[in-house]
Amino acid sequence: MSGSLAIIDGGGANIASLTFALQRLGVTAQLTTDKSAIARADKVILPGVGAAADAMTRLQHADLCQFIRDLKQPVLGICLGMQLMFDTSEEDDATCLGIIPGKATRFTPAPNRPVPHMGWNKVQQKSASPIFAGIEDNPYFYFVHSFALPISEDTIGSTDYGSEFTAVAESNNFVAAQFHPERSGAVGARFLKNFISNYN
Amino acid sequence: MQFRNHEVVGDILDLAERYRDEGADELVFYDITASPDGRTVDREWINRVAEILDIPFCVAGGIRTLKDAEEILNFGADKISVNSPALANPGLINELVRRFGSQCVVIGIDSREEDDSYRVYQYTGDPDKTKHSGRITADWVKEVQERGAGEIVLNCMNQDGVRNGYDLKQLSEIRAVCDVPLIASGGAGEMQHFADVFTVACADGGLAASVFHKAIIEIGDLKRFLKTQNVEIRI
Repeated sequence: MSGSLAIIDGGGANIASLTFALQRLGVTAQLTTDKSAIARADKVILPGVGAAADAMTRLQHADLCQFIRDLKQPVLGICLGMQLMFDTSEEDDATCLGIIPGKATRFTPAPNRPVPHMGWNKVQQKSASPIFAGIEDNPYFYFVHSFALPISEDTIGSTDYGSEFTAVAESNNFVAAQFHPERSGAVGARFLKNFISNYN
Repeated sequence: MQFRNHEVVGDILDLAERYRDEGADELVFYDITASPDGRTVDREWINRVAEILDIPFCVAGGIRTLKDAEEILNFGADKISVNSPALANPGLINELVRRFGSQCVVIGIDSREEDDSYRVYQYTGDPDKTKHSGRITADWVKEVQERGAGEIVLNCMNQDGVRNGYDLKQLSEIRAVCDVPLIASGGAGEMQHFADVFTVACADGGLAASVFHKAIIEIGDLKRFLKTQNVEIRI
């Protein structure tokens, strides 16, 4: 696969699973906070594990907030990286990047619905997107999260966990996934492959 | 008792690949002798496992410090599972959660029925060192959640390794006080046992070792069977 890929280094642990998943697709990604390296990349991934406020603080310290908003190439947000693309998060009342309208809210535990939502769940495709190329409707992806975005006009994939939430959102050159494609088996690999080679 | 006479079941990478290909939803790697010996797992292999696995995996064994956990997560594990060290130092749970988030922090609990109540045991990897921790299982389950644990693996020791089925009674009781994902462990011997643990005890996951290692049950067959039992599962 051609093209260069930058992963924005948000300082969290556990980037290895993502870089290995990309490696299996034949892609070497650069993990960096360097603006010129990110700007040069054909595709950018904003990952994230941890808490929203901490992650925003790290992006601010690296002076990356406005820079990310201004990126013109395709940017994929994964899990917390997705939530950071939206306006705000109920988690520590964090102000996020505000690229996509919406607020992440906390799941309420209920019988048969423990929190964190941790495990494999189906994603229903709400509208066609190259990110879903070759992926049949209602595939299982692997989720790990306690906060989620409601359904909005930017939702292109949804998942039911007591109620529907946004599993995949798309707005201009930004695409965001609540699940972990790097841990979602063959379907997840296809999703990443679509972002790398099918998404412009 | 059932932990006695461990068998070497094969190369770890071959097993990881096999289970991945059979359709396992998650793998847990245990070094159950790590805590009693006062040593931690040798971690070189984690990186190699992370390289080949495209499903989540958890590493358990002798994680006593933030540094232990960080190393394991940086090698590519998705979660760490802590058992005896959390009993010795419950504040470790809070520290791990603060640093890595709830979703990374799994608490393993070895529980056995004694005098009409369920009690937590520690150092269960070594029969000579296994001892009662002084805690009641349900209380410990509540406490670890308050401390931020993101998942609980309840290993029912009376059932472990005997393949007579999961301890549905105990699991149901603990389910009632568990708001985080609850993974059942100990006792799986046939496919119906897995169906029961999901439909009767409402566990979020069924963990098993010997039936898979010894190829008594094939994971793909099991998942197709569970589907026929109306268990929501990825095929």
